[in-house]
Amino acid sequence: MSDHAQLDAHAVHAAHAGAHAHPTARKYVAIAIILTIITVIEVAVFYVPALHPFLAPILLSLSAIKFGVVAGYYMHLKFDPKMYSWVFYVPMAFAFAITLALLWLMATHRG
Amino acid sequence: MSEAIAAAAGSPPVVHDDHHYTSTGQNSRKVLFWTFIGSECMFFGSLIATYLIYRGRDKVGPHPHEILNIPLTSVSAFVLLMSSLTMVLALAAIQRGNMGKTRLWLAATATLGMMFVGFQIYEFNHFVHEGLTLSTNLFGSTFYVLTGFHGTHVLVGVIWLWTLFFLTFTKRIGPGNDLDVEICGLYWHFVDVVWIAIFTLIYLLQ
Repeated sequence: MSDHAQLDAHAVHAAHAGAHAHPTARKYVAIAIILTIITVIEVAVFYVPALHPFLAPILLSLSAIKFGVVAGYYMHLKFDPKMYSWVFYVPMAFAFAITLALLWLMATHRG
Repeated sequence: MSEAIAAAAGSPPVVHDDHHYTSTGQNSRKVLFWTFIGSECMFFGSLIATYLIYRGRDKVGPHPHEILNIPLTSVSAFVLLMSSLTMVLALAAIQRGNMGKTRLWLAATATLGMMFVGFQIYEFNHFVHEGLTLSTNLFGSTFYVLTGFHGTHVLVGVIWLWTLFFLTFTKRIGPGNDLDVEICGLYWHFVDVVWIAIFTLIYLLQ
């Protein structure tokens, strides 16, 4: 099969699967700049003593944003069919719930 | 693009490609790989949970705040973040059929991954000289197991990327084989998002 026929086949199946076009290279670079800025803010916050009482909520929020941006744009979950998001986020929710449950259990049953 | 027009009109497309599609209309390899990534979420979730549960319960040092090097790890986190950019640029290039740029960005991603592994080897070596081994205390055990498994995943990704890079010089990977690069990219970005969590929970929230 020729290269063009293969590309056409991919387009057909993408259309069937309900997928949307992926971002352009320019948009990928813009996203990388945003991720870099967030990382710089994370490290800067770590070195500001005045912000230490709020360190956990600030850093967890910033890393959640980074996580969501990479998963949404670089892993294309924002553009691909929702089924992939379910396959990714449901096990992650389980892992998160188990972590919280174990932390609670270990904190209340020290001995 | 006649097949695409036929598909839009409701007619069955007459295409013969190498990709296998499930009854959901999704590519079976991609569904399989996302399922694998879902299982990896549980795997790394268990390692992170173990680290967090045992945090602050060490009887002897070194403790995290005495040994973790934030400036060095910030640089390695930035390197891994940039490798995610070069990975998506490789995918964008092969989707456009530009094999020269595909090779360039695949090689750049693999090189950045090797740099990250180099940072980790340096860090582990430094920690061992500071007296932190796998059996020194709970911090040592949980830290080395978690970051060691992550580093191993990066190393597997680097081998995968170089394999793809060399296959682009044969007929095995060419325009139309973008799914091979996309699946490798999914793995690579997953390794990146795991490091986003590790960097915050282990290094910054000591």
